[in-house]
Amino acid sequence: MRSRLLPIVLALVAAGPLAAQQSLPPAPFANRQLDDAAQEAQAQDLMETLRCLTCQSQSIADSDAPMAGDMRHQVRIRIAAGETPEEIRSWLVERYGDYVSYRPEVGATTWPLFAVPVLILIAALAIFRRRFARQG
Amino acid sequence: MSWRLWIPLLAFAGFLGLAAYQLTQPRDEVVESRMVGKALPYFDLEPATSGLPGAASDDFKDGKPRLLNIWASWCLPCIAEAPQLERLREEGATIVGVAIRDRPEDVAQFLERHGNPYAAIGSDDLSEVQLGIGSSGVPETFVITGTGKIAYQHIGDIRERDVPILLEKLREAAE
Repeated sequence: MRSRLLPIVLALVAAGPLAAQQSLPPAPFANRQLDDAAQEAQAQDLMETLRCLTCQSQSIADSDAPMAGDMRHQVRIRIAAGETPEEIRSWLVERYGDYVSYRPEVGATTWPLFAVPVLILIAALAIFRRRFARQG
Repeated sequence: MSWRLWIPLLAFAGFLGLAAYQLTQPRDEVVESRMVGKALPYFDLEPATSGLPGAASDDFKDGKPRLLNIWASWCLPCIAEAPQLERLREEGATIVGVAIRDRPEDVAQFLERHGNPYAAIGSDDLSEVQLGIGSSGVPETFVITGTGKIAYQHIGDIRERDVPILLEKLREAAE
């Protein structure tokens, strides 16, 4: 029995420093939903498109990191205070740049991403037309 | 066969080459704050431990540039940077700390163990100042001008070589 418990105890001891960051309870609205279902739905949609800044490619809705919890708290209290999701998104983009938002934006550096597929489609259509025109 | 037949294959090979090259490049983990050059957002934080005042954005508007150090007692690189903060203090820098998600007894223990370079430490339990200033981790250090403008951001722990840079930025902020 003791030999089985020992690794568990050791694992718990080793996990101490990792847990230190969690020593404070999460922010009030990190994991608590808003009472108003419509507002909570708005908050949830927004949280799924905001990047957790301390994790690898996770949204703040998906992350257990304390900072993601604090960001969810900000999103929920701001929505509850009447801010629109887009206002909150721009508040964060103002601080962290486009990096914080998962929603694709057409901008000075990103427009080719949207333009290239359209151009390729047009080119492909042109090639097909020429081929079929020749055959017909 | 026309030579043009090879164009799609070459384009695809070029794409593969680009992807392979990008995969070998180290990922840029650093998220820079866009608040540099802007005014420090409003905050008024309770003291993070007894014996030191708390921190408020209005304290930064008395004409004297300061360092704003975002840190936490649970953060390991913060221990590494403690001696450098002490050096900055000896060189005349005023350092205001913001402790992220921290407990007063842990802050006190940290200061006892690693020294106290801080003139004041505010307690930021909800990371509100951190989010407001565009910081994405601990530790980070900001140079704030005497009028409360964010002049410079240092991401990560302060190493020996960063000390003269921060002192220079403080001098620039005083002008």
